[in-house]
Amino acid sequence: MKTAVTVNGTLHELNEYQLGLKLIDYLREELGLTGVKNGCGTGACGACTVLVDGVPRRSCMIGTRSAQGKEIITIEGLENSDGSLHPVQQAFLDAGAVQCGFCTPGMVLTALAFLRKNSDPSREQIRQAMNTNLCRCTGYQQIVDAVELAASRLRTIQE
Amino acid sequence: MNKTPPYAFRNDGYAKVTGRAHYTDDLKFHGMVHAVPVYTEYVHAENLHVDTGSALQSPGVLRVITAEDVPGKVCYGQIAEDYPMFSAGRIRCSGDVAALIVAETRREALDAVPLVRVTADPLPGVFDPEEALKPGSPIVRESADSNLMNHHRMRRGEAEEVLPSCRYILDEKFSTQYIEHAYMEPEAAVCVPRQDGVIEVYGSMQHPFSTRRFVAALLGEPLSNIEVYQPPMGGGFGGKDDTAAIVCARAALAARLLNRPVKLTYTREWSMRESYKRHPYRMHYRVGLGEDGRVRAVSAAMLSDGGPYLSVSPWVNWRSTAQCFGPYSVDHVHADVYCIATNNPVTGAMRGFGAPQVNFAVEQIADIAAEKVGISPLEFRRRNMVRQDGETVTGQVLNTHTVSMEEVMDAAAHEIGYEEKLARSSRGLSDTDELYGVGLAISYRGASLGAEGMDFCSAVVNCQFDGSILLETGIHENGQGSESVMMLFLAEELGVDLSRIRYKRPSTSNVPDGGTTVATRGTIMGGGAVKAAADRLKQLIAESLSEVLNCKPEEVEFAGDRVCGPGSKEEAPDPAGEGPERSVAGSRANRTSLSWEETMEYLYSRRIYPYAFGSFQAPDVSWDDETGQGDAYFTYVYSCQAVELTVNRISGAVKLHRIVAAHDIGRAINQAMVFGQMYGGVAQGIGMTLTEKLDIEAGKIIHPDLNHYRIPRVKDMPEIKGIIIENPDPQSPTGAKGIGEPALELIAPAIANAVYNATGVRYRDLPIQVNPEDLA
Repeated sequence: MKTAVTVNGTLHELNEYQLGLKLIDYLREELGLTGVKNGCGTGACGACTVLVDGVPRRSCMIGTRSAQGKEIITIEGLENSDGSLHPVQQAFLDAGAVQCGFCTPGMVLTALAFLRKNSDPSREQIRQAMNTNLCRCTGYQQIVDAVELAASRLRTIQE
Repeated sequence: MNKTPPYAFRNDGYAKVTGRAHYTDDLKFHGMVHAVPVYTEYVHAENLHVDTGSALQSPGVLRVITAEDVPGKVCYGQIAEDYPMFSAGRIRCSGDVAALIVAETRREALDAVPLVRVTADPLPGVFDPEEALKPGSPIVRESADSNLMNHHRMRRGEAEEVLPSCRYILDEKFSTQYIEHAYMEPEAAVCVPRQDGVIEVYGSMQHPFSTRRFVAALLGEPLSNIEVYQPPMGGGFGGKDDTAAIVCARAALAARLLNRPVKLTYTREWSMRESYKRHPYRMHYRVGLGEDGRVRAVSAAMLSDGGPYLSVSPWVNWRSTAQCFGPYSVDHVHADVYCIATNNPVTGAMRGFGAPQVNFAVEQIADIAAEKVGISPLEFRRRNMVRQDGETVTGQVLNTHTVSMEEVMDAAAHEIGYEEKLARSSRGLSDTDELYGVGLAISYRGASLGAEGMDFCSAVVNCQFDGSILLETGIHENGQGSESVMMLFLAEELGVDLSRIRYKRPSTSNVPDGGTTVATRGTIMGGGAVKAAADRLKQLIAESLSEVLNCKPEEVEFAGDRVCGPGSKEEAPDPAGEGPERSVAGSRANRTSLSWEETMEYLYSRRIYPYAFGSFQAPDVSWDDETGQGDAYFTYVYSCQAVELTVNRISGAVKLHRIVAAHDIGRAINQAMVFGQMYGGVAQGIGMTLTEKLDIEAGKIIHPDLNHYRIPRVKDMPEIKGIIIENPDPQSPTGAKGIGEPALELIAPAIANAVYNATGVRYRDLPIQVNPEDLA
C-alpha cells in the first residue's frame, strides 16, 4: 500500500521507475495529466502546482517517492463529472483572468487551497496568497478579481 | 460589444481552466522520439569540430544531427539569411547550437549530451557595443569589415545649426537593459512526417508562416511540404518568432531524417540561453528649447546591441527612429540609430519593439525640460504634443484619424489627481522614511507594421447549411484572445448569434500568409480581413435573397440572427410561422425576414455556397531612408500612464501604490481582454523598470532561470485603473486599432519621473535601483 499514490481520487501503484521520477514527470508522462505545466523546472513559476493533501506544492520540486501514500489533486481533478466547472474555474473565465492559460491550472489550484482556509479574503490577502505563482500575461489584476469573485460565489453556495 | 460586462469572452477559456488545452509539449504521437540541443562552451570560436562518435553509441540514441546533415540552408533569417540553425565552423554566441541529439526517450537524449565532443579555436570576443566600433576590435561577423550591422537616420530641418542658438539646451544620456520575454511556456516543437510526404509542425511559435519558411529553408523543400499548426501557445510577446521557428525547423529536420515524429521541448535554461532578448539601448539626446518651452531642435544618437545575428534589428531600430522624439512635433530633428554586432546574446523583437527604450529617455526629458523652463510637466506636453492635422517628426500630417493625445493625457492626469499630487510630492523631503511621488508619461504608437514591411491579411468565412459558421484568419492566437476578437467581429458584422461561430483549427495550408501577429496589428489587420469577408458574404446573400424579401439587394439588412428586408429589422419574427421546419426553399412568397437557418437552406438549395474570402491591405505608408521622413504608420494609438509610489529612504525600495493607464484604441471589441492587455503590458513595463536584470558576463548569462531573473509577482503590482478611450479610426474597417504594445511602452519613464518627484534624484539607467546613499 505504501508504494501507491492517490491522484484525483484514483489509487495508482508505483513501480521503481516511477518512484525515481519527479512528481511532475510522473503526472504528465505516466498518467497523461498534462494540465500540470512545466514552466521553469526550478520552483520559480508555480505552473506545475498540484495539491498534495490539500496543500499547494510545486510538482517539479518533489519526487514521486515522497508523494507515496498522499492524495494529489491536479487541475483535471476539479472538473465535475458532468463537465461543469468548479466555481474557482468559472470565476477565472468570467473575470478575464485567462490569457495564454499556461499559468492558469497552477493559479486555480493555489486559489482553491487558499479559499478553503480563508473564505472572505481582502485583495491584499489574495495577493499575498497568490504571490507564489508567476504570470507574464495578465498583470495579475484579473486573477485577483477572479479569486475575489470565486470567494463571493463560494460563500453564496455555502449559505 | 460584450453585452454582459464584466464577463470576458474567450473561445479557448474552458479548455484552459480545465487543463484540457493541449500545448505543444502535451502532444504525443505513436512512435514519437525526442530531441535535445547541444551547446558549446564557447562564445566566439572558429574551426569548430563536432565529434558525435561516442554519443551515437549511447543507449537509445538514434542520430546526432549537425550542420553537415542539413539538406537545405544552414543559415536563415527574416531579413538576412545569417542565423545558423546549426553552427557550421564558427561559434558567435553562447546560444549557438552545434548539434541535435535524437533518442528514443528524452532521458536518453539528455544522457548523450556530454558525449558529443566539441572542439574549436577560441577567438577574442567583444561584449560592449562601443568597444565593438573601435578600430582593432574583433569582428563578430567575419565577412563584414566592421561590427556596425544597421544604421537608421532622421534628417529633418537643421537641428545641428538650430541647437546652439536655443534658450535652453539639455544634454542627457540614458540606458536600458536586456529584457527576457519570460513567456511562461518555453519553446517546443513536435514534427510529424505524414504519409503523403508533408511534415506537420506543431509549435510554440507566434509566426506560423515565418516558421514554415524557416522549416522549408532548412529542409530544402517547398512551402507546400510543410503544414504548421498552432496549438495553444503559452505566451510570446514578440519572443516566439526567430528562435521558436528555428526550434521547429530542427525538429522537422530530425523528423524528416528519421521518418518518425520528433518532439523538441526546451527547458527554461535553454530557452533563456538561446532565445533573443530586447535590445539594450544607450541613448544620447541633446534638446534645444525656446523661452516658451517649445522644443526647437533635437539631436539623438542611439546605440543598440544586436548580438551576432541581424534578426529583426533593422525593423526595431526603424521604429526607434520614426518615433525618436515621442508624441511631439519638432521642426528640426537629427537622429542616428545604430545596431552593433557583439558576442552577446541575440536581440530581436519584443513587445514594444524599439519604443520602450526611446520613451524611457524622451518622457524623462519632457519632465526635465518642464522644470528647466519652469512650467508644469502637463503644460510642457500640451505645448509640444502632436495635434489634429499637425505634423510628426517624420513629416506625416495626422489628418486621417482623431488625434486624441491631449484627451488621453487629461483623462489619466485627472484620474490620478496629477497636479495636486505633484504639488505634494516629497522631492527628497519627508518627515517619515517614505518619500512620495507621482509621475506620468505619454506616448503615441504607430499601429501595425508601418513602413517597415508589407502589411496584409486574409479571412475565410464558411457558412454551413445548418446555420453554423466556420471562421479562419491569418492572425495567430498568442494567448491574447485574437480568435475571440475575430469571432466577435464576425458576429457583429453578420448580425448573428456568437454561438453560431467556431474558429477553425488554423494551419498554414488553409489560409494565405497573414503575416506575423506582432506590432499591435492582430486586431486591426485580422479585423479588417474579417470585415471584408463578411461584406462579400452579405453581398452574396443579399443578391440571392432580394427576390424573396421583395427588395433591392442593398436594402437587405443583417440583424437579430436574421436576414431582413427593409423596415423589418425591428419587427418581432413570428416563431410559429417562420421556424426552420417550414421550408422556404421553393417559396416565392413575400417574406419580410428569414432566420439564419432558412437563409442557409435557401442558398444551399440553389447551389450557392455561402463562402467568402476577404483580405485587408493596410493603407499606403511611405519612408525615405536618407531623411527619415514619410508617412510612417497609417494610424496611431495615443496613451498616457501615471503612477503614484513611495521610495523608502532607508532601504531604497520602490513601492507602487496605484497606476492609471489610459489608451485611445479606436474601439474596444472584447473589453475585459482590452483591460487584460493593459494590465499585462503595465506589469511587463514594471519588470523592465524595477526588477528585471540579466547578469551577462563575457557573453554568458550567469543564471538562466526565473529564480534570478525576477519578473513581477502579484505583490509587486499595484491596483491598476484602465481607461479605454474610443475614437474609432476611419481607416480601420472595424474602427479598432490595438493595445498589445502601447500598454507596455511608457510606464518606465512614468515611474522614473515619479521616483524623481519622490526623491529629487533622477535615474537614467534601467533597471532603476535606488541607492539609499543617493537620498542622503
